[in-house]
Amino acid sequence: MIFTQKEFYHIIRDRWTMMMLVALPVLMIILFGFGITTEIKNSQFAILDLSRDVATQGIVNRLEASDYFTLEGYVTNTSQIESVFREGKIGLLVIFGQDFYEQLVRTGEAQIQLIADGTDPNTASTLVSYATSIIRGYQQELTASDQQGVPYQILPEVKLLYNPTMEGAYNTVPGVIGMILILICAMMTSVSITKEKEMGTMEVILVSPMPPLLIILSKVIPYFTISIINLTTVLLLSVFALNVPIVGSLWLLVFISLVYIIVSLALGLLISSVVEKQLVALLISAMGLILPIVMLSGLMFPVENMPIALQVVAQFIPAKWYIVAVKNVMIKGLGFSSILKEFMVLSGMGLIILTISLKKFKIRLE
Amino acid sequence: MNPIIVSDVYKKYGKVQALEGVSFEVEKGEIFGIIGPDGAGKTTLFRILTTLLIPDSGEALIDGHHVVNHYKTIRNMVGYMPGRFSLYQDLSVEENLKVFATIFDTTIQENYHLIKDIYQQLEPFKTRRAGALSGGMKQKLALCCALIHKPAILFLDEPTTGVDPVSRKEFWEMLKKLRDQGITILVSTPYMDEASMCDRIALIQGGNFLKIETPTNIREQFKKILWSVQSSRMFPLLKDLRKYHIVKTSFAFGDTHHVTIDQSGEDYVSDQLTMDYLRRYLEDKGHTEIMIQPIKATIEDCFMELSH
Repeated sequence: MIFTQKEFYHIIRDRWTMMMLVALPVLMIILFGFGITTEIKNSQFAILDLSRDVATQGIVNRLEASDYFTLEGYVTNTSQIESVFREGKIGLLVIFGQDFYEQLVRTGEAQIQLIADGTDPNTASTLVSYATSIIRGYQQELTASDQQGVPYQILPEVKLLYNPTMEGAYNTVPGVIGMILILICAMMTSVSITKEKEMGTMEVILVSPMPPLLIILSKVIPYFTISIINLTTVLLLSVFALNVPIVGSLWLLVFISLVYIIVSLALGLLISSVVEKQLVALLISAMGLILPIVMLSGLMFPVENMPIALQVVAQFIPAKWYIVAVKNVMIKGLGFSSILKEFMVLSGMGLIILTISLKKFKIRLE
Repeated sequence: MNPIIVSDVYKKYGKVQALEGVSFEVEKGEIFGIIGPDGAGKTTLFRILTTLLIPDSGEALIDGHHVVNHYKTIRNMVGYMPGRFSLYQDLSVEENLKVFATIFDTTIQENYHLIKDIYQQLEPFKTRRAGALSGGMKQKLALCCALIHKPAILFLDEPTTGVDPVSRKEFWEMLKKLRDQGITILVSTPYMDEASMCDRIALIQGGNFLKIETPTNIREQFKKILWSVQSSRMFPLLKDLRKYHIVKTSFAFGDTHHVTIDQSGEDYVSDQLTMDYLRRYLEDKGHTEIMIQPIKATIEDCFMELSH
């Protein structure tokens, strides 16, 4: 397969292409990954305490003593919850139910509710996790001090206002993977094929015994390989540099990614079979693929919060489905059954796009 | 059956009629030249014959195979070198050759004898990237690539455009050697002086073939009186010549002007007398160092004559 080898030469010998293919994914994941991690200090919080006993006081004191939180004040009843958040002064509200201590002593279990402002999901999740660990610390201390050694459990129940499913927090990694793969597969493939058209080499290749399918295949294989390398680097980076773990099956994640890569490559082929110039291919990939991914796939804004029209458009973006699948597998650790729908949609899209682009591939110049 | 048979081919791009009913046949082992200026329809014709374009009407057969219906068979047996430099600029000389050999399902070794003469000149640069070669070298490499699969018919679309005169001469020598090995060659060029290198030529203008003949016959069929005229001030000379009533046509040809004389008018007496009249007329116009000589027509003269 010297033709594939030749394609690799093209990539390696063009310094800028090489840079883009290797450095861009790393750069993106780092920018997106670290850019959104905001250090939290002295965040304002409020208390709704219906018990006012020794345990609730203990937890409040601990929260207040930490560097992360500053007590803004008490809320006296549930009807005020909305309005406190509306004022935007606080990021977290801690609610204790009635007879908190009594319940804790009698049943060994008590519930605590944490409500966070989900408009900034990253801050919200950080606040919640800080608060949870402080509460857990209190719980351990309580258990240790008990003579009978009864294990006390305080169960924090987390609720996010405005953005209940916490879109965005771990969204970065799946989103960036989705974007990088489209960028490399679709954009690079379409540019490399249109380059052959522009340079006139396509003319010579066409007047040869080589079947069109083989021409396409040899063009696609290098980018397929590179996208797998990129997938690996991005996953390694996200696990070791960004501490986003792969909770579910790695193989399932790789499998769905391969499906997505094929869809992206098919998109690249489609673009190149319609377009004659490199620049046009580049523009279409950038405007027609990458922009919608950034804006509509849920990478930046949760799809659920978009106007209906845009939500409909979002359904046609492969990245949207891929991102959901990656989140389910990678972040939530769910199995194949959870991404069945996404898998079906992506496969269907791939099949349709591939068929059209193969049909459209020109065996002549017009 | 002749390897290339074209009958009444028409091709239109939008509003531009690129080919208006072109017919010709090329014999086996012949260098057939398509000579004409840019935009005459040469490239369109080549693309139709190499199955890259479909003619609007008319038929073309390559070795008996129809260019539209049997395009696959044709693609297996022809060599094509498009006008634009169409090699991989970022691959080395050797790699380019290897890629093209592979595309055509062959190896460099297998048909090395065909390209040996040409490739030997390229050998010192075989690790150099194609983009860094000189124009002449590029064309030689492109020819190697088009020859690597031992095609029966070779299509060369303006292979010498942008190549220095020495390399051009060498290139034509190579083509003659290939012809002697039995390869049929269809070649186009905008350079009229290259026409004499072909066995037969077709003059093309505006999508029409003006004439198909051997270069010698075309020149001999030129029946008009043709003079070359020179003076110290060439540009005003051209204007003055065109104003003179016995001069039928006048064109700049390098460092001289070629004029044809109107023999039908009553002012024409004999060659010698007319020449004296012309000289006197030019002297009156203030020209010095006037030189007038009868010459034999070149292909370009014939082309000008035919396209008028």
